Amino acid sequence: MAKVIKLRKGLDVRLKGKAVPEVAAAVKAADEFVLVPDDFVGLKPRVVVKEGDSVRAGDALFVDKLHPEVKFVSPVSGTVSLVERGERRKLLSVRVKPDGSGAAREFDTKGDVKALLLESGLFGFFRSRPYDVTANPEDKPKAIFVSAFNSMPLAQDFEVALKGQETEFQAGIDALAQLAPVYLGISAQQTSSALTVAKQCEVNVFDGPAPAGNVGVQINHVWPINKGEVVWTLGAEEVIFVGRLMKTGRVNLERTIAVAGSEVKKPCYVKAFVGQKIDSLLEGQIDTEKHLRIINGNVMTGLKTSTDGFLAAHATEINVIPEGDDNAEMLGWIMPRFNEFSTSRSYFSWLLGKKREYVLDARVKGGERHMIMSGEYDKVFPMDIYAGFLVKAIIAGDIDRQEQLGIYEVAPEDFAIAEFVDSSKLELQRIVREGLDILRKENE
Amino acid sequence: MKALRNYLDKIKPNFEEGGKLHAFQSLFDGLETFAFVPRTTSRIGSVNIHDAIDSKRIISFVIIALMPALLFGMYNIGYQNALAAGTLGEATLLGMWWFGFLAVLPKIVVSYAVGLGIEFTVAQWKHEEIQEGFLATGILIPMIVPVTTPLWMLAVAVAASVILAKEIFGGTGMNIFNPALVARAILFFSYPSAMTGDNTVWVAGKSILGAGFDVTSADALSGATPLGMAAQEGFAGYDQTTICNAISGLIPGSVGETSLIAIALGAALLLWTGVASWKTMLSVFVGGAATGWLMQAVGLTSIQWYEHLVLGGFAFGAVFMATDPVTGARTEGGKYIYGLLIGFVAVMVRVMNPGFPEGMMLAILFMNVFAPLIDYCFVQRNISRRAKRAVQK
Repeated sequence: MAKVIKLRKGLDVRLKGKAVPEVAAAVKAADEFVLVPDDFVGLKPRVVVKEGDSVRAGDALFVDKLHPEVKFVSPVSGTVSLVERGERRKLLSVRVKPDGSGAAREFDTKGDVKALLLESGLFGFFRSRPYDVTANPEDKPKAIFVSAFNSMPLAQDFEVALKGQETEFQAGIDALAQLAPVYLGISAQQTSSALTVAKQCEVNVFDGPAPAGNVGVQINHVWPINKGEVVWTLGAEEVIFVGRLMKTGRVNLERTIAVAGSEVKKPCYVKAFVGQKIDSLLEGQIDTEKHLRIINGNVMTGLKTSTDGFLAAHATEINVIPEGDDNAEMLGWIMPRFNEFSTSRSYFSWLLGKKREYVLDARVKGGERHMIMSGEYDKVFPMDIYAGFLVKAIIAGDIDRQEQLGIYEVAPEDFAIAEFVDSSKLELQRIVREGLDILRKENE
Repeated sequence: MKALRNYLDKIKPNFEEGGKLHAFQSLFDGLETFAFVPRTTSRIGSVNIHDAIDSKRIISFVIIALMPALLFGMYNIGYQNALAAGTLGEATLLGMWWFGFLAVLPKIVVSYAVGLGIEFTVAQWKHEEIQEGFLATGILIPMIVPVTTPLWMLAVAVAASVILAKEIFGGTGMNIFNPALVARAILFFSYPSAMTGDNTVWVAGKSILGAGFDVTSADALSGATPLGMAAQEGFAGYDQTTICNAISGLIPGSVGETSLIAIALGAALLLWTGVASWKTMLSVFVGGAATGWLMQAVGLTSIQWYEHLVLGGFAFGAVFMATDPVTGARTEGGKYIYGLLIGFVAVMVRVMNPGFPEGMMLAILFMNVFAPLIDYCFVQRNISRRAKRAVQK
C-alpha cells in the first residue's frame, strides 16, 4: 500500500463554476496553433523554421540556443504562418496554420529514451528544480516527480483526462523510469487503478488542502532537494504524451482541459491541443459584453489572456472569472461583505458554511503594503520552510540567506495560496520568480 | 453612491502625475480607497483572485476592539472627577461620560492630526499609498496617557514617535518599536512630572464646557493609581474593593487601561477575528502570573500574582500592544517566548525597581528589541536542519 502523507496546512478556495466531469462534444476546429517560447521558463530559443515552411506534427519549430538538442515541436501539421518577434528581435511565438492532413513525423521508439524525448520535443515539457525552469539535458536528476492531481480551485481533474489513456500513462511512467527513479503523487480521493497501483514508480498519497497537489510540496515531503541536487518534474498529462509516443512513435499533444469558472456558461472538459487558439474552446461559453478575465491556465497561477490567445504549453485548464474593474463597492473596510471569501473571521462569510461556492473577481481588494501580519503564509504553506522569512530574504536580495532558507525547493506556484491570503497584497509569485531568476544567473 | 463614484472618477485626473492637485494625490487616494474598495485588478504573472482581507480591514477591527476600553475610559474620567469633587451623588451616568468624552476628544484629534499629517506628507513625498497603521496608533496613544496630559506634549510625542520610530525605518511594517509605546516613552522620560508626577495627573480637575466639576481641594486630586500606591506602601493599606474596582475599571489610571472587562471584550474580538495572536496574548499573562507568584513566594513583594495582571497597564499592554505583529516575534514558537518574557520583565520592573511602579511599557519596548533575536533562533533551527540534511544525503 502506498504511503499516505497527511497535510494540515493549506486552503481550499471553493469557486463557482467547477467543470462537470464529462468531455463535451468536439469543439470548433481552431484555425491557428502557436508555440510560445516564454511558456518554457528560462528558455533562450532559436527558431529553426521560416514562414511558409510546411511542418508535420512533431517537427521542430524552435530549439534551445544553449542546448540545440532540446527541440520544441509543432502540435499539428500545417504551414508556418508567422514567426513573431518583439523588441530586440526576441522570439515571441511561432504560429502554424493547420492543413488538416494529420501528417505526423514517425519516430523510432527502440533506441535511447532520452534521445527520443529530446528529438520529439517532449523533453521540452520537463521542468527542473531548483529554479523551476525548463530542464537541462546535461543534468543528472536524482528523481523525476509527477503529481497526478492539481488541488487549486477550478483545476482539471486528472482522472477525467486519464480515462481511456491508462495504458499510455503507464507506458509514459515506464519510459521515465529509464531516466531516473520516478515518484508519483496522488490524492486521497483518486481511485483509478492506473494511479493507485502504478508500476515502475513509488506512489505517495497526499491528503490535505491546496497546495497539496503542487509537485514542490510533494518533493519537500518525500525527498527534499538539497543544494547541488536536481529534480525533474513533469505534468501528469505530459506523462501521457510520452506514453503515446512510446506506443505509436508519433507526437500527439492532445489534452483534456477543463473550461471552468463562474463566467463559463457550461463548465466542462474539452479536447484541445497544446497551443490551440482559445476562441475555439470558449465558443458560445462566455458573454463577450461583460468585463471578463480569461486565464490561460489556473486561476491561481495562470496568465491573463483573451479569446485571441493560445492555450499555454503547460496549461491544463482555461478559467474565466469577472474582471471586477467596473465594481464600485463601498466602505469595504467595515461592511460585512457576505459575498466575499475570506480566511479572516473579520468577514462574516464563514457564517454561511464551508460548502458555499464563491464568485470572486480579479480585484486585488486592497493596497500593497509591507509585510504586516505574521504567520499568514505559514498557515497555507505545507513545507518545512519559513515562507515569510524566505520572501523577505528575496526582497532584500540576500542570496546566502535565500539558500539557507530553502529557495532551491520552491517554485512560484507554491506561493500561490499564500499570495491569495496575504493581507499586505504582495505579489509573491512574481517576487519568487524574480528571486529564482537572479539566483540562477548568479550560480551559472 | 453611484454619483459619488462618478464624481471621484471625474476629479481623479487632477490628482494624477501632471494634474494641478498632484500634491494631494496621497490624500485623494487615501480617501478614495476609504470610500470604495480599490478596483485595481491583479497584474499579469500573479494570482488572479485575492482574499477580501486587507490591512484596512485589520486595522479597522483593532480600532473596534479598542472601543469598549475607550468608551469606558471616558466614563471613568467623569467618575473620578465627580469622586474627587465629592459630588458623586449629583452626577449622572451620561454626564460623567460626556465629561470624559470632552476631556479625551481633543487628545484624539491632536494625535490624529499630527500623526496623519506626517503620514500623508511622507506618503506623498515617497509616492506611496497612505498606510493605515497610524489609525490604530493614533487612538492608542491618547488611551495610554493620563487624562491631564497637555495637548502640546502629546503633539510633540506623536510627531517624534511617528518620525523616529516609524517613518525613518520605512513606515508601517518596517518599524522595530511599537510607535504608540515610543510616544508614551518619550512623554514618560521627557516630562516625568506630567506622566506620574506627584500623583496629581490621573484625575481631571476642571470642568469642561459646563460638564463635570471643578475640584477645589488639592488633596482630592492626588489620587494615586492603586499600583502606584502598592509600590509605595505595599498592598497592606489598601482595601479589598480595589481588586473589584480594577476589574470593573473605576480606579485612577491612564485613559483606556483601567477596566479589565472592557479590555476583555476587545481581546475577545481580536482573538475571534484572528487579528491578534492568542499565543502572544496568553503567554504574556502566563509569564506575568508566574513571575508574580514567584516574587511573592520568595517574599519580595506582598502583591498577589493575580493583582499584577489586573492592575495598571498589564492587561491593556498584553492585549493591544504585545500583539502588534510588526514589532513582535513572527515565528509561531517565538511568540510564546516573546510573550512569556514580556510578562516576566513587566513584573520584574514593578517589583524590583523602586523608581517605576509600572513596567509594562518598558517590558514591551525591551522585548521589541529582542523579538528579532528570538525569531533568529527559531529560523536558525530550520536552517541547520536543512544543512544537516544536505550532509547526510
